[in-house]
Amino acid sequence: MLWLEYVTTQRYTRFMSASHLCASQIQIIHRVEVRPKSGCVDVRGSSLLRRVVADSGVAPELIQHAQVYFFDGDLNETDLQFISQQLLADPVTQVAFTCASVVPKLGCTIEVHPLAGVTDPAAESVELAVEKLVGKAVRVRTGERWDFHGTSVAQGESLAIKYLANTVVQAIHVAPYMPTQFPLGGARAVQVKEIPLLNLAHDELEKLSRQAHLFLDLPEMLAIQAHYRALAREPREIELETLAQTWSEHCVHKTLKSRVSYTEKSLASNSPSLLARAEKISGHTLGKSGELVIDNLLKHTVAAATHSLMDTTKPGSIDWCLSVFVDNAGVIAFDDTHALCMKVETHNHPSAIEPYGGAATGIGGCIRDVMGTGLAAKPIACTDVFCVAPPDAIVPKGCLPPARVLRQVVAGVRDYGNRMGIPTVNGGVWFDPRYVGNPLVYCGVVGVLPRELVRGRVRAGDRIIVLGGKTGRDGIHGATFSSAELTDSHADEFGHAVQIGNPVTQKKTLDAILAARDTNNKPLFHAITDCGAGGFSSAIGEMGKDIGALVNLDRAPLKYEGLTPTEVWISEAQERMVLSVPVANVAQLQTLCNDHGVTMCDLGEFATPNQELILLWNGTEMGRLSMSFLDTGLPNPVREAVWDGEWHTRYTPTLHASARKDGAGLLDTLCSLLAHANIGSKAWIIHQYDHEVQGTSVIKPLVGKFGAPGDAAVLQPLTHSTRGVSIANGLATGLAADPYIMTLAAIDECVRNLVCVGSDPTKIAILDNFCWPSCKDPRHMGSLVRASEACLDGALAYRTPFISGKDSLNNQFTTESGETIHIPPTLLISGLAIVENVERAVTMDAKKAGNMLVLVGLTDARMGGSHRSMLGDCAGMDMRLPMVDLQVGPKTARAVAACIASGLVASAHDASEGGALLAAAEMAFGGDLGVEINLHAMACEKNIPIAACAFSETPSRYLLEVAPENISKITVMLADIAHGVIGTFNNSGLFVVGQEQIAVGALRAAWQSAGENW
Amino acid sequence: MKSPKALVITAPGINCDLELSQAFAAAGAHPESVLLSRLIRQPTLVDKFTLIGLPGGFSYGDDIAAGRIMAALMRKEIYPALAAAIERGTPIICPCNGFQIAVQAGLLPGPAACSAASSSMNESMSINTRMSCNQQLEEWPRIAAAPMVALATNIGERFHDAWTGVEIPANTRCVWTHGLSFDQDCAMLPCAHGEGRFMTDSNTLETLEKNGQIALRYAAHDNFNGSMNAVAGICDASGLVFGLMPHPERFTRWTQHPWWTRMSTTQRAGDTLGLSMFKRAVESVVGP
Repeated sequence: MLWLEYVTTQRYTRFMSASHLCASQIQIIHRVEVRPKSGCVDVRGSSLLRRVVADSGVAPELIQHAQVYFFDGDLNETDLQFISQQLLADPVTQVAFTCASVVPKLGCTIEVHPLAGVTDPAAESVELAVEKLVGKAVRVRTGERWDFHGTSVAQGESLAIKYLANTVVQAIHVAPYMPTQFPLGGARAVQVKEIPLLNLAHDELEKLSRQAHLFLDLPEMLAIQAHYRALAREPREIELETLAQTWSEHCVHKTLKSRVSYTEKSLASNSPSLLARAEKISGHTLGKSGELVIDNLLKHTVAAATHSLMDTTKPGSIDWCLSVFVDNAGVIAFDDTHALCMKVETHNHPSAIEPYGGAATGIGGCIRDVMGTGLAAKPIACTDVFCVAPPDAIVPKGCLPPARVLRQVVAGVRDYGNRMGIPTVNGGVWFDPRYVGNPLVYCGVVGVLPRELVRGRVRAGDRIIVLGGKTGRDGIHGATFSSAELTDSHADEFGHAVQIGNPVTQKKTLDAILAARDTNNKPLFHAITDCGAGGFSSAIGEMGKDIGALVNLDRAPLKYEGLTPTEVWISEAQERMVLSVPVANVAQLQTLCNDHGVTMCDLGEFATPNQELILLWNGTEMGRLSMSFLDTGLPNPVREAVWDGEWHTRYTPTLHASARKDGAGLLDTLCSLLAHANIGSKAWIIHQYDHEVQGTSVIKPLVGKFGAPGDAAVLQPLTHSTRGVSIANGLATGLAADPYIMTLAAIDECVRNLVCVGSDPTKIAILDNFCWPSCKDPRHMGSLVRASEACLDGALAYRTPFISGKDSLNNQFTTESGETIHIPPTLLISGLAIVENVERAVTMDAKKAGNMLVLVGLTDARMGGSHRSMLGDCAGMDMRLPMVDLQVGPKTARAVAACIASGLVASAHDASEGGALLAAAEMAFGGDLGVEINLHAMACEKNIPIAACAFSETPSRYLLEVAPENISKITVMLADIAHGVIGTFNNSGLFVVGQEQIAVGALRAAWQSAGENW
Repeated sequence: MKSPKALVITAPGINCDLELSQAFAAAGAHPESVLLSRLIRQPTLVDKFTLIGLPGGFSYGDDIAAGRIMAALMRKEIYPALAAAIERGTPIICPCNGFQIAVQAGLLPGPAACSAASSSMNESMSINTRMSCNQQLEEWPRIAAAPMVALATNIGERFHDAWTGVEIPANTRCVWTHGLSFDQDCAMLPCAHGEGRFMTDSNTLETLEKNGQIALRYAAHDNFNGSMNAVAGICDASGLVFGLMPHPERFTRWTQHPWWTRMSTTQRAGDTLGLSMFKRAVESVVGP
């Protein structure tokens, strides 16, 4: 009984009890260890050692890694030999033992194992393999063993906490772990549970809401109370949970859709007032005391822009938007036969607690949104934008180290996207210390589908069919959790909201769904949606909202026994899709699922006599809700919004003085900017993503021979056509001091990026993604209003309709000491556009010595929020925020697009972070060409400082490389748009500005330095 | 030219079957994707194809090791059908996950039956001598051989996506690569894998080198995964079975090249390296 002396940590037992798992019968568990053969490199061990040395200097003499597998089942010696030697170990490079090998004499052994109930994809694979190869059903769990030589147990455990384990989902064992049995759920008596609230007072209702993690505010709780008083009965638990999920911020965007009363307390220097909009714009009225009243903010700003642009009574109305705001993703026309859709999601709170699982399930969920668009779209590209704290930020208790967060988030997106076989083609990272408690993880997905399949409709009598993953206790309360504010104890409180995905389950499900869509000449299903936030409750609730649904919760396949009906109903277990399937097609769908190894179940039927949601468990009614109350019962109070420009100056970006190099010259500053975390190379991230899979990539994230930063991705979705789609993002968080100005800049940047690769400027669709601090604070509500109003103005000016959007509010973190860290208001604008012919696409790397460099757009002196200003030493700078001119910006974009379309532009790059000089440097080192720059030749405001010419981040500016013989033609095409020839490329290998010069290679090195040591 | 049928074997987690089919089609073949589960029910399906592809991806999740489960299933269920196909002279390409599967399923480096006989072969070896070598290969063992080479975790630990320069050894007997030559900028292929470090014992490596069974190498400085002798791809003694970590099926159009916008139209004339490989194989079964 050797393993009796093995220790397991408190964390393990704590979580066990927390997740209500109870023991099965005692049974011997077989343990197998797989490690590299002597003489073969231990890659995992040695690279961990490298990282530890790099970080701390002091490290173990040696770190060895081994994979650990546990088997619970009737396996004889022969089976174990086969499994360990032939299935688990590679005979050329690895050895396997069917025991726990000895702990290093002068050192320790640390093991990391997933906690009970946490998805373990490797274990699922091994179970499948053993069943197929040995013909026996076993239960498997996996873990990792690390032998630290020359290290105490205490040191080993702290290394594990720093580098290896997240105790929210994993247990750390300080010796080889030998479980006596696998924790298993046991069947539990199910009873209908009522939650008495008819007679609760206001404070008691609020208390209930918080304690039950409903996160409904008082008016909402009162609406529910009134509803049940009318029904003369107490609500049942499952009904209350359904309301909480459906009415959650995450599911209904109640803040953005609310009626808002907006006033202005103070305007910072150049921030425009919005009060004059009253009575001029639909849905905007003047309140009694002069305030601006907006009835449904989202409807009358973001959505209004789209519907106005699509208004067929207006000349030149846009006819290529096929489905906006109604489906899981927005849909636009690609060509006569195909449509494109795009969705961008955030997964911030889960990523704060468990970055790897949070990011992976973030991209996974967004992929499911696209799979669930129309009658199923095929995902063809992913994008990712992260906002995190710089590695040197101070880390409050309850937050993970920022460097670990970023590495883990990248790994999560990598492992999910790559395994799904979807290229990740565009993204970015923005650093600010205020993201330390709330990292932002934006995941975008683009899909393609046949035009005739853009809309699905549930029919009465259809079966409610679920495809994909089994349901477990993971992800309970994810939707309501996103309404919570994070605190130093959130990891313990919300561990259950975090999950690990299994991408291959989802890939199989996608294959089966596409087969079900295409096998016959028409799909086997009438409608499809994904199980995201709220799980079945929102998916089925949404699909059946007009006709009702009868759901047999007991029929859902479970990961383990013991889930209550409510847990089954609201679990956000990953990789599940809900289909509305006519009875006649169920059998054929089942066959397809069997071929693809996909689990399918029939939960019930759409439509009930009184359009109700009826939830059964083995025939017993667990809950019954009126669909109309669920859909329309949510109260819509007036929200107070105050714009306080002075107060908002707190959101100007903080200094990154550490990046500042000595020397006062323009080129010293240029090198500091190139090395700035926001601007510097992201190659270490990009190379971890498969951006080639599916073989569609035309313009990749890094362009030119030397891997310079491209402006936008271009894909060719269909092999038989050279028509393409471009994908880009715009983010201008540096201007967060006024979200109105920030939003216009983000839209302009997104458009610039798309135009620079050769997109058609009249076929650009955009998406909004708000990540805000809590809007219960009227000042944040005020900045949300300003951003929304800018969405309206920007979209109309650029004629770029919003086709989909999302918001994540409450992004603030309260530390142990009670201090609240708000993130800067952050708005990501994502765009996709049509590229008529990918063979005419343009990249930003300079092509040819002798070609000239044209700067298009008027440069002004405003340096507020610029990266130059983040370097500090700003004496004498004009610190106002640069503002998009809504006449000039769109006009410039169209003119530049025309120049590119004419084929006269050898390379094009947008001047954004860091300014025009930095953009020119990127073009030069991208093409490994020298260039001589004359800043005085640029079109700019009268007598502005030379530093502003170089580093101002004035929007709506482009750099074009043009052959000398074509300059005159370009000048004609640009007509009255300000521009100047600011340089000529050459073969000198030198970057020359006035009297200063530096080797182009040195500029590239400075840019690359930002990507080192990750 | 009548177009030969190409079998593309898919399974849960395989995700490069589409581009592989498209590459076969672009080279003039008729691709058909078939799930491994169906082949297991009906191994004789293999017989009606004259070309075979094992696509890339993450078969069955690649959670234990890349290709492990798919390889074990193929050894157990359809290895004899594949061995028979090779004896019939069926070219088989195995990019990335396909390569990882092939080396574990006993398809590569394959039996050394004609290695002695052919070790003297030099770069001038023609399709015909390859066929004559193939004749000596009637007896592929019906039990899959134990793995002799491995594709281990990249030396840098992480999954890595990059275009790498590649070189085709002059003495290779590989049907897919023999005699292909491109200038430096065009002799490139995309790689995207976490487990691609080619490893074997020194004797096997020497035999493979001597036999012309090294079908592809990474160019100097591009061996990012740390493979022995910069081996990027190998073939069996008949030259029919070709496994490689790079993805030729992702380079069948010039606009897929990472700096095609820097290339002159003359530089972009003709077939890409990837497409040329597939055309080689198609020609070898239908004649030029």
